[in-house]
Amino acid sequence: MTYLAKPKFHHPGLPKNDLGFTHRDYEGSISTLCAGCGHDSITAAIIEACFELSLPPHRIAKLSGIGCSSKTPTYFLGNSHGFNTVHGRMPSVLTGANLANRDLIYLGVSGDGDSASIGFGQFAHSIRRGVNMVYIVENNGVYGLTKGQFSATADRGSKSKRGAINTDSSIDLAAVALQLGATFVARSFSGDKAQLVPIIKAAIEHEGAAFIDVLSPCVAFNNHTGSTKSFDYVREHNEAVNFLDFITPRAPIKVAYEPGTVQIVEQHDGSKLALKKIAADYDANDRVGAMTFMQVHTAKGQIVTGLLYVEPESEDLHGHLGTVAAPLNALNEKELCPGSAALEKINASLR
Amino acid sequence: MPSTSPISSVNDFVVRFANVNGSGSASANELFARAVLRMGVPVAPRNIFPSNIQGLPTWYEVRISESSHLGARGGTDLMVAMNPQTWEKDVASIEPGGYLFYDSTKPLPASKFRDDITVIGVPLTEITNGQYSDPRQRQLFKNIIYLGVLSALLDMDVLVIETLIGEQFKGKDKLIAPNIDALHLGRDYALQNLQCPLGVRLRKADAVGDRIFIEGNSAAALGAVYGGATVCAWYPITPSSSLADAFTRHCARLRVDPDTKKNRYAIIQAEDELASIGIVIGAAWNGARSFTATSGPGISLMQEFLGLAYFAEIPSVVFDVQRAGPSTGMPTRTQQCDITSCAYASHGDTKHVLLFPEDPAEAFEFGALAFDLADRLQTPIFVMLDLDIGMNHRLCKPFKWDDTRKFDRGKVMTAAELESGKDFGRYLDVDGDGIPYRTYPGTHPTKGSFFTRGTSRDRYARYTEEGAPYADNMQRLLRKFETAKDLVPRPVLANASKPTKYGVIYFGSTSPAMDEAIAMLEARGSELDRMRVRAFPFHSSVSSFVADHDFVFVVEQNRDSQLRSLIVNECGIDPVRLVPILHYDGTPITARFIARAIGDHLDALKVTPLRKVVS
Repeated sequence: MTYLAKPKFHHPGLPKNDLGFTHRDYEGSISTLCAGCGHDSITAAIIEACFELSLPPHRIAKLSGIGCSSKTPTYFLGNSHGFNTVHGRMPSVLTGANLANRDLIYLGVSGDGDSASIGFGQFAHSIRRGVNMVYIVENNGVYGLTKGQFSATADRGSKSKRGAINTDSSIDLAAVALQLGATFVARSFSGDKAQLVPIIKAAIEHEGAAFIDVLSPCVAFNNHTGSTKSFDYVREHNEAVNFLDFITPRAPIKVAYEPGTVQIVEQHDGSKLALKKIAADYDANDRVGAMTFMQVHTAKGQIVTGLLYVEPESEDLHGHLGTVAAPLNALNEKELCPGSAALEKINASLR
Repeated sequence: MPSTSPISSVNDFVVRFANVNGSGSASANELFARAVLRMGVPVAPRNIFPSNIQGLPTWYEVRISESSHLGARGGTDLMVAMNPQTWEKDVASIEPGGYLFYDSTKPLPASKFRDDITVIGVPLTEITNGQYSDPRQRQLFKNIIYLGVLSALLDMDVLVIETLIGEQFKGKDKLIAPNIDALHLGRDYALQNLQCPLGVRLRKADAVGDRIFIEGNSAAALGAVYGGATVCAWYPITPSSSLADAFTRHCARLRVDPDTKKNRYAIIQAEDELASIGIVIGAAWNGARSFTATSGPGISLMQEFLGLAYFAEIPSVVFDVQRAGPSTGMPTRTQQCDITSCAYASHGDTKHVLLFPEDPAEAFEFGALAFDLADRLQTPIFVMLDLDIGMNHRLCKPFKWDDTRKFDRGKVMTAAELESGKDFGRYLDVDGDGIPYRTYPGTHPTKGSFFTRGTSRDRYARYTEEGAPYADNMQRLLRKFETAKDLVPRPVLANASKPTKYGVIYFGSTSPAMDEAIAMLEARGSELDRMRVRAFPFHSSVSSFVADHDFVFVVEQNRDSQLRSLIVNECGIDPVRLVPILHYDGTPITARFIARAIGDHLDALKVTPLRKVVS
């Protein structure tokens, strides 16, 4: 594997966003993943979401762990700082980065091996702390780089490419995130860009821990009959609860849906989410309801997708800690060092 | 009458309190130590405590030394025996001619005592129960009552103790009078019924000067405040937890924006040590000064991340308050046993910068300096404390700060520099010192971004598995380590009163015991030049010091002579030139131990010439 730079050739007719950037300005180097990998579709969705939101690419920090999914930050946002950390430890590094500078957007990319096994603890604790981030798990149920072992999200009874049957029960990261208190939980499918892009946009605007579980079939090791994470299986069992229209605070709300089938959620930053409800009884502001709904459908073998839960009045870790509005990394000597006079007083109190 | 004449000493003796953990004795004992200090007499108190909340034996040892010998001495002159569980051992540990003060409410057979010590029985329980009915009050005031007895036995200034009680209960003023009453209850009993004062006693002196009295952990945390640390992530572990607690306290007082009441700091109690160091690395990568505090087991857990910080060159600060290992070891006992595991932390070829403070004053100084070094060198910096200096109050020089001092943020390329077209290669050695430039995330819209990774990369941070750029990078890291030698605190050298062929190297909390041992050795005619090593990598003067002597003792508090191995390995020194003097039973090293061990070795040399010994 080597670093492949993408040619910086721009088509003059490429559409531009509010900042005057084209898609190309949000891309990274050429993917070295397998052709047809679901992860590349997620990369494309991230690029699309950042482009549509007109985000300055350098104000985004992208962090990942180890694995196929964790390699993807090289393939998007080439003008952003990236940090490919160690296996399962992206959440702690992201937490630290976020504490240092609350003004950047933090995008954590992980996989099911990275987050559901070795990094399960860090996944859980970053969610429960409410770190302001978008945490995407590119979930394929399998260890790709080490050639096809089951991961902890593989369903019990599913079959590996070599024919082995998984006997361990699976971890549903979205369900766990809900239980842990995530203030934004969604699930989507790498093959469904129309659903995924608005979810990523809404997650970026969300203040707090936004978790997105994206089913992302592994074409090399988990796309066969008997797998419950293959393209065909996910398409057949996808049970979408809603479709999302993401509306920035600047844009007027234009809702074209039938009355009674739309749920409008206003987030902390003023952005509005218009949820086109497919499951009529689904309320995306009801944490307990969401958990129940998911359990019921999982038992039926269905994969629930969409925006599963959002807490409109969320507060992030900086809110909990009461930190100053300025980024901590921008504070100077005067603001941080109490100086010799204060030290003399301390000395006097220690005699 | 004791068979040995009672010890007679003014302002130079050791008092040891034997208590039960959780009985409230700690504050009375500390009051005693502070009172001695306020009388102008230096003290060095030490908590000897179990890994337990309540019920197990605990001791508080106060070394009183007008000559400022602050190392542990060994032996006890006056035992305040308040714990029946440890009676036998406590009585046995008293020096011949020493004193035993005990609660005589319940009579004990003569076999329980020794005939070479002076026994002072006071019916403490009887006195306490006669005065108080509430069980908790009985327990707490009993401690103050024995302090009152001691004040009479040792001829202490009672006004000093009363003043300290007033300071201690400031804000809870209604507790002051009852405590002073309890103090006098004990004192009056002693003055009326006992021969006061004893042969060991106190006298007002002027030997404390402007020194301050503080725990090393609190001092190190204050150093972190002064050094500009804004992010602290930690996981509770003895003996380092009080460092993070102290940072929290200091920040609440010193780091709150006066206008908005918002915090200029973020402290996270993480889920484990892995997350702690991960948070530290993430924050440092993003340009905040950050640290963690831990002990040996935490260092073991952080190994993978420390390798990442070394290889990806992320400034980070780790305070390691060492305790006795391996494994869980003795969590509440002291050692200097993490030298190797920190110096070479993580897999692959790694080397790290270590600082060895001797006391709280240096813990403060190095605690602040560590952040400058981390930023300058873009690598983890370990501040190596231990339980002895971390968790005990120690008398030390007052803290100093130069208000003109600026934080050294190291080589950080700014947006303006990037804009001007300055070449940015994250791992490019522009200045020949092995230290590259970095950029903070979010600096410039199109220039200066790079990918940080634990995998191999070229000078422009591009992933590569080619041999040449890998080796080039590893060589540069060595150059950087070479640069560090002149940036870290230099060793402190002290020559013997006359020329000598022998030297001694020591570090950290061994310092006060070493100073005292030198005096003891000189008294018997053995002179030693001494060098206190304050950092790794070693300054070139360490090699010269060894070269200048026939051989050098290396005194340390671990089994495997870890510092000696590091000197041998890093300075290319013949191991026979370095004689290990090792103390590792979990108690703080003493001058008596050092003087005896070195003395025995020197005696052996007098019998047999050196050449034959080392053949």
